Amino acid sequence: MIKVTNLTKQFGHKKAVNDLSFTVKKGEVLGFLGPNGAGKSTTMRVVTGFLPPTSGEVRICGLSMVDQPEEAKKKIGYLPESAPLYDGMSVRGFLRFCADMRGLSGSAKAEAVDRAIETCFLQTVYRQAIDTLSKGYRHRTCLAQALLHDPEVLVLDEPTDGLDPNQKHEVRNLIKRLGKDKVILFSTHILEEVEAACTRAVIVDQGCIVADGTPDELKAQSGSDSLYDLFRKVTTTDTAPAKASADA
Amino acid sequence: MRNTWSIFKRELGSYFSHPIAYAIIIVFILISLGLTFSFGQFMRSGDASLDGPFFFWHPWIYMLLAPAVGMRMWSDEQRSGTIELLGTFPLSPWAAILGKFLAAATVWLIAVGLTFPVWITANILGDPDNLTIFSGYLGSYLVCLTFLAITMLVSAFTRDQVVCLIVAVSICVFMVLCSYDDVIRELSNVAADWIVEPIVSIGVWDHFRSLMRGSFRVLDFVWFVSLISACLLGTSAILSAKRA
Repeated sequence: MIKVTNLTKQFGHKKAVNDLSFTVKKGEVLGFLGPNGAGKSTTMRVVTGFLPPTSGEVRICGLSMVDQPEEAKKKIGYLPESAPLYDGMSVRGFLRFCADMRGLSGSAKAEAVDRAIETCFLQTVYRQAIDTLSKGYRHRTCLAQALLHDPEVLVLDEPTDGLDPNQKHEVRNLIKRLGKDKVILFSTHILEEVEAACTRAVIVDQGCIVADGTPDELKAQSGSDSLYDLFRKVTTTDTAPAKASADA
Repeated sequence: MRNTWSIFKRELGSYFSHPIAYAIIIVFILISLGLTFSFGQFMRSGDASLDGPFFFWHPWIYMLLAPAVGMRMWSDEQRSGTIELLGTFPLSPWAAILGKFLAAATVWLIAVGLTFPVWITANILGDPDNLTIFSGYLGSYLVCLTFLAITMLVSAFTRDQVVCLIVAVSICVFMVLCSYDDVIRELSNVAADWIVEPIVSIGVWDHFRSLMRGSFRVLDFVWFVSLISACLLGTSAILSAKRA
């Protein structure tokens, strides 16, 4: 379970995340929606322990990310936004290294790497150097490292970004399949993804949650049965401050 | 410890999967041996000791080449975003810092170790004090590790490898020049002692020279080890502060 309580993350004077609270339970796939710069990635970085919170608390399966970071991090598989990888390594070499980092060894490590290669459809490229891979394969390689240790919690930051329609379809199906017995938090700004893969969604704007519910509840809130309309209604566009100053 | 070993293996592999490690090792051997047999006048000096003709050149070479090995340590992780993977793996920041430092140190251990023919040559041509030569190697390697640690600290500040290289080389050049005899003499002519002394104490020559000449002083070890530790601690502090 992911339990985030009154989470605030401040960079200098700017509050990227402002008093955010939410819970994701086992079997739930929570879609984290919001415009660019809403604080989605910052929230995910705090939830995964990469950034410390300015205030508030993050608990992963009951473990505090601040007090027991190493134990809490063991429970999480994380796909960062840009799917970063070590370019000089082969796909399998990279996954082996990540398995080492996850404390796997011997046959458990070999099995985990083979399973992740199979789950993410990397059979044709696993010997290839990462810097020769297409964007879709790079993304799936990074997703594979998140699944290696069969984590209870998956945090995926824009997992379908930059993928072609076929790959998006595969990844959404994978998320749905994994979501049955895991806790999944994934961010996106593609609205159809919410209906395709989420059991619940929150819309974040300027670091705050502005809407929360199942996809159907959210559509009902919009008044026109459209997530698009609700998204437009509750979020601020990044051109709004410029427009306001121009009007003034 | 296991995580440190895994990071060490990955880092070392990445040095040798790129031309960088080979280039550094070959260039170091060529320059250090070239200087020994040319300007160092090893064959003409009639002395089998290695301090003057061989070890004397090492800090000058390290000040330019050690940052070239270390510049990618954290800069590259920050530029490519892989620092986010490392930061979310269940490992302490020290495992990553030590693993990376030890991998770069191993590349240099190989480079320095491969100059062994000069040691053999000295033994064939004369009767050198081998303990002094060992002490020279130790001092030389400690200077190298110090420059690597400084480069690691600089690389924690920036995601740009070129900026890291320029800043780290500048610091290392300063540390070599500020305690070199000719520079101290010039400096003493234009500045008061209370200004010159602190500047000289930052330099490597005083500590390296005693080891190069075979005298083991605890003071020198403490100086090198504290500087290296301070840089590694500083790296940890900078990496944490950048996330806060």
